[in-house]
Amino acid sequence: MTTLEQTTAPKSTSTLSRAKLTPWAPWLVIVVATALASLIVLLGSWSWYAVPFLAVLFVIIGLPAWSAAIEGRRAAMDRLATCLVWTSLLVALVPLVWVLTEVVLKGVPELSLSFITHDMQQKLDPVTYKMAAGAGVAHALVGTLLITAAATVISVPVGLMTAVYLVEYGAKSRVARWTTLLVDVMTGIPSIVAGLFALALFTLLFGNGTRSGLMGAVALSLLMIPTVVRAGEEMMRLVPDDLREASYALGVSKWRTIVKVVIPTAFGGILTGVMLAVSRVIGETAPLLVAVGSLDLMNANIFSGRMQTLPVYILTEYKKSTPEDYNLAWAGALLLILIVMVLNLVARIISHVFAPPSNERR
Amino acid sequence: MAKSIDVSDLNIYYGDFLAVEGVNMTIKAKSVTAFIGPSGCGKSTMLRSLNRMHEVIPGARVEGKVVVAGESLYDPSVDPVSVRRQIGMVFQRPNPFPTMSIFDNVLAGNRLNARKISKSEAESIVERSLRGANLWGEVKDRLNKPGMSLSGGQQQRLCIARAIAVEPQVLLMDEPCSALDPISTSAIEDLIHELKSDYTIVIVTHNMQQAARVSDDTGFFNLKAAGEPGHLVEFNPTRKMFSNPDNESTEAYISGRFG
Repeated sequence: MTTLEQTTAPKSTSTLSRAKLTPWAPWLVIVVATALASLIVLLGSWSWYAVPFLAVLFVIIGLPAWSAAIEGRRAAMDRLATCLVWTSLLVALVPLVWVLTEVVLKGVPELSLSFITHDMQQKLDPVTYKMAAGAGVAHALVGTLLITAAATVISVPVGLMTAVYLVEYGAKSRVARWTTLLVDVMTGIPSIVAGLFALALFTLLFGNGTRSGLMGAVALSLLMIPTVVRAGEEMMRLVPDDLREASYALGVSKWRTIVKVVIPTAFGGILTGVMLAVSRVIGETAPLLVAVGSLDLMNANIFSGRMQTLPVYILTEYKKSTPEDYNLAWAGALLLILIVMVLNLVARIISHVFAPPSNERR
Repeated sequence: MAKSIDVSDLNIYYGDFLAVEGVNMTIKAKSVTAFIGPSGCGKSTMLRSLNRMHEVIPGARVEGKVVVAGESLYDPSVDPVSVRRQIGMVFQRPNPFPTMSIFDNVLAGNRLNARKISKSEAESIVERSLRGANLWGEVKDRLNKPGMSLSGGQQQRLCIARAIAVEPQVLLMDEPCSALDPISTSAIEDLIHELKSDYTIVIVTHNMQQAARVSDDTGFFNLKAAGEPGHLVEFNPTRKMFSNPDNESTEAYISGRFG
């Protein structure tokens, strides 16, 4: 495939100029590699899925080889590195785009006003006099939003105050070091363990068979707190000591300095951290299945009884294994992704509004 | 309202490390006192111990007495926060609050302390302080722009405005011009001259000409040797210090024959 001769490379006597491939050389190589890959697949009657793999392989070999022949060793290494970087980017991007497209394609047809305003309660069809299964996600939507909100309400104050302690008060004390270690360990807790913990805690307190949305919120907050602590800590450490000293020098007390100077200055970053934590737990299934259970009906009271949540809804519908229920599961998944996206957008807008305009020099 | 400061037998520590040893001096009210000396000799540390900013650093502590108008600063019953309300400070690097506008930066001392002030009062404080810091003319049309949008020299004058907005009795300045160009520096020196009529000013500077230009009294700090604590070598009226110093090493330092 490198039989194409580079004709536009004049031999120069200058020590500074050297032969170069034309700017469109990479594109040419990609086209040729794709054609070659298709040809091989066609001749060998392989699966068409092999084409992109072969094509990428040919580009990684072909472009540096061509470059080595004309531009020299250093340029060839540069081309090789460029190829590898782009390949890594593709490898990272392909699954993401693939999953998103798949969810959107399968979820959109099911999305409707009725889908998001009804729960799964069986209804008597007035025409056929048969019980018809419900097809709605309202109960799961409400459950997810309530439980996640409750988890956020629990973990943000706890997490932020821990971060304030670590940054402003703990310094390098033993307590602070142990706290940091424990927070790091907590980051690695398997989510189902958090669920089991909440279950055990509430069983101890309220007896066997207790189920409530609050239990789920407690389980999720166990997963959120480490992320919030970490984000809060990193962001508050980034606030320069100059600002703290400026505040102290004005006769401002320590806690007012923290509340009015340190936290506002770090606000954007803290908010981003909280949103990351929310995005992480909003899709958790296992702890909610254990602690909150599953329900086909609307229950908007997080203090008592089972509740449905979107991830558990997806699981429930998937387990029913009928085409209709698969569709409902896809639509639920799409809804979940949409919620996370909207939350992230909102957080970006808010943190942009509050970000210190430090880069706006005259 | 300006007050004098008496320092007696002051030892300043960072943990176990004695940074400044045995300082005695009297800083006169409504005058400018300059601290000069080589880097690391404890000028800034000394300055920071005058409004109890020194102890913000973990492990830092002070022995001896600092008396401001009859009140001992390091008395156990004294609240460092109220000390800092009366003794303002301007830092080496301009540090306006990045989340606040110019207007709010000037008012920061009042706002952060949750002092209730009416809108008209706030406006008069801002105008008075910015005029006091020679910044009013340059920023009066854009008080709602962020404080960070100003140039370095303007930011430093904003910090001075912020410090004088709470009407302190003493103003400490830690190398306020070291990050500034000559024009901004001269603006701030003019300002120091004007502020002298209302405030007691203590300024740390590396610039001998600056000390000679702005100050009434000068204290020269030096190290006996590397690793030894800094100490006050000589404290005299600036005129005497720069023409006929008592100490040989002072003359050596001022005339550039240091060491």
